[in-house]
Formats: sequence, structure tokens, C-alpha cells
Amino acid sequence: MTVTSDDSARFAEYAHPERLVSTEWLAEHLHDEGLVVVESDEDVLLYETGHIPGAVKIDWHLDLNDPVQRDYVDGEGFARLMGERGISRDSTVIIYGDKSNWWAAYALWVFTLFGHEDVRLLDGGRAKWEAEGREYTTEVPTRVKTDYPVVERQDEAIRAFKDDVLLHFGKPLIDVRSPEEYSGERTTAPAYPEESALRAGHIPTAVSVPWGRAAAEDGTFRSRAELEALYFDEAGIVPDDEVVAYCRIGERSSHTWFVLTHLLGLEKVRNYDGSWTEWGSAVRVPIVTGSEPGEDPRR
Amino acid sequence: MTETPLPEALADIREEFLSVGEKERLTLLLEFAEELPDLPERYADHPDLLERVEECQAPVFLFTEIIDGIVHLHVTAPKEAPTTRGFASILVQGLEGLTPAEVLNVPDDYPQTIGLARAISPLRLRGMSALLARVKRQVRERNAA
Repeated sequence: MTVTSDDSARFAEYAHPERLVSTEWLAEHLHDEGLVVVESDEDVLLYETGHIPGAVKIDWHLDLNDPVQRDYVDGEGFARLMGERGISRDSTVIIYGDKSNWWAAYALWVFTLFGHEDVRLLDGGRAKWEAEGREYTTEVPTRVKTDYPVVERQDEAIRAFKDDVLLHFGKPLIDVRSPEEYSGERTTAPAYPEESALRAGHIPTAVSVPWGRAAAEDGTFRSRAELEALYFDEAGIVPDDEVVAYCRIGERSSHTWFVLTHLLGLEKVRNYDGSWTEWGSAVRVPIVTGSEPGEDPRR
Repeated sequence: MTETPLPEALADIREEFLSVGEKERLTLLLEFAEELPDLPERYADHPDLLERVEECQAPVFLFTEIIDGIVHLHVTAPKEAPTTRGFASILVQGLEGLTPAEVLNVPDDYPQTIGLARAISPLRLRGMSALLARVKRQVRERNAA
């Protein structure tokens, strides 16, 4: 069972247009067989206040993170979660959420760690669906449990660890946090001081491209030309670069990972989910403060 | 050190949360979120009086006033942030009518004791601790003034 792609002209310019669907498309295809809508928000109660009809909820804290170790759930945990949500290995999963799909992109990235093939984002997320006055319900769907296979998580291709970053110098690093976090004026995003690090600043040579610059006012992604101007012209990345993106815990950089991988077509982008909460507390890793990327520490 | 008894309203709220299962606690928190009162009209045009709670993930503003020796707490939070609204509402209902001393005596770990850690994650609960800390600081300042 294959759910069609959204062939809207405005997605055609992206490298992988099949990774996005519009609100119009979703409204028409909500009841397609094989399609499951997933809401993933920062606010754990937002789904309960009303969601797209038929959507199930996946919470990054409670469902995607291992409750003890700082890691994602393992293959068994993911299979259990998918089974409970009525998602099959061949389901088309459409994810949407609050904050310009920031957490939705994070969930999509975790689905990708498990190689779930057909996973897409609703362009504009929750805010656009709501702004257009589309249908919401508080009814939680009862989906038939599925038997999702236990698939081993494959971290190598799209996930970077601290040691990988230490070996990455000389290749592009993107810091997607706010300018104040980048320069070292603060260790946490404005309004997010609860997950702090002991030191402030950024990883040497990382260029600053705050994640939100890839999103338009209405939460949709910016055009390909705008994205190329941002990441290629301004940040100096070239299409066959190996790139590592990071933020504070890896959520905002998932948004950037999505943009670089699926919209601009870069093939070697990894998300460093340890991000600043690990780097800024690690012993003897190089740190640069101020608004300049700084020197390659190997020199 | 003497153990100060928890103010009655806060104790009731805790009991209410602990008496239901984890899933229902989310529903209960949502009910609190819906009960958060609007800002009194006399403050609606005075955004300057409100203090931004930096620790909260959503734009949250709060204002504490002491009238005739009784603390009143006003909080605004957007509807897109129901969890924060729920936290605020628990404190508004739980602290209403207390004296400054009683507010200052509320244990700082109250948010950790109402059974929400597993239901919404300990990290998110810190938002409520931050709110409580701000309220206490404002009460301390206004009490001294």
C-alpha cells in the first residue's frame, strides 16, 4: 500500500519533495489507507487540547528517549511504541507539531534512525493547520495494534557523537542555537535555561545559522533559493560537504538536518544530539567564545 | 528543622493528582490549564507590571500583589502552552489567600511531589519550580517594601 506524494508545485523545487505534504493535501488524504498522522510537540499537553482527526501522539521525552540512559529507545522500544500507535513498517507517517515543526523534525529524525522509510513532515505544522481553521478534535483514535518489527537503530549515517565531532574539524559544523548561546553570553536558549552546560560558547569553526532562519513566518520552510542563499552563500557550505549540526540537545538541529538533507539534498549530514549540553560540560574539549567561528584547534 | 504543614489548597491539589493514574494526571493538568483565570482587567493595560518568567518555555508573565496581608497571584500564558498554563493554574489556586509567610514556607520541591514527574518528565516540571521561585521572590520583595 503506497500513499501518493503531494505533488504541489511549491515542493517540486526541493531535493526530496516527497518528504513534505501541505495542509491541503493532508486534509484530502486524512483517511487514506496506510497513512498515519503523528503529532509531536514541545508542550506535552497540546495534543490533548485538540489535534488533527486521527492523529496519534508521540512525545519526545516520554516516548523517544530512554528513561534512564541518555540515548534514544532501542529497537525493541521503538517497535513497542510503533505497535501501540498502530504504525506498520510500511505505513506512511506524516508528522506535525508546534514551533515550526521543530519537535516534529526531531521525531522524524528518530524515525530515520530506525530506517522507517516513508516519513514526511506537514509543512507549516500545527500553526498553519490551525491558522487555516482546519478541523481539530480532542478524540483520541483507537488504532489497531500492529506488529512492528524490531529493527536495530542505525546511528552512523545521521547521528554524530562527541568523538565524531572531535574528528570532524576541517569540515563544516553548523551551530543552530541563538546568537547569544553561540557567542557564549548564555548557555541556554532565551527562555530555556533548564538544561544548562557548565561552559558557554561554541565548538571551534562552527558557523552560526540559527535554525529558525530556515522557517518562514507561517512555519513553512523557506524556498530553495532562500535556503541555498542561507546555507551555501552565507554559511559557505557546498553540496557534497560532510556536515554536522548541533544545538543544545539535538532538537533544533534536527530541523536543520531535515532542511539540509531533504530540502537541499546533502547526503552526509549528521545531527550531534549530545550538542551543547554535552560539549559545554565535557572536560578538555576546545571552546570558542565570541561571534567569530574561531580557529581549527588542530592547528 | 520543623516541618511546616502544606497549605490546605496545595495539599488538596496534590491529593487530587496522586489519587488518579498517570494518564489521568495529564487530563487533570489540562483541566487546571483551562481554569487559569484571565488577568484582572485593572492589569490588562499594564504589561509593565508583569514579570517575564525566563525559565518557562513559553512566554509567561506573572504578577504578585499583596493586599491587606494576603497574596494574590496573576499569571498569563498562551493557549499554545497548556502545560505551563496548568502549572500556573495550580499555583494560582494553591496559593490564593495565603499570607506572605505562608507562601514563603511552601516547600520548593512541591512541584516534584504531585506525581507528574513520570507523566510529563522531570525536565518539564522544572518550569513549575521556576514559577514558584519567581512568586516567592516577588513576595519577598513586596513584603520588604
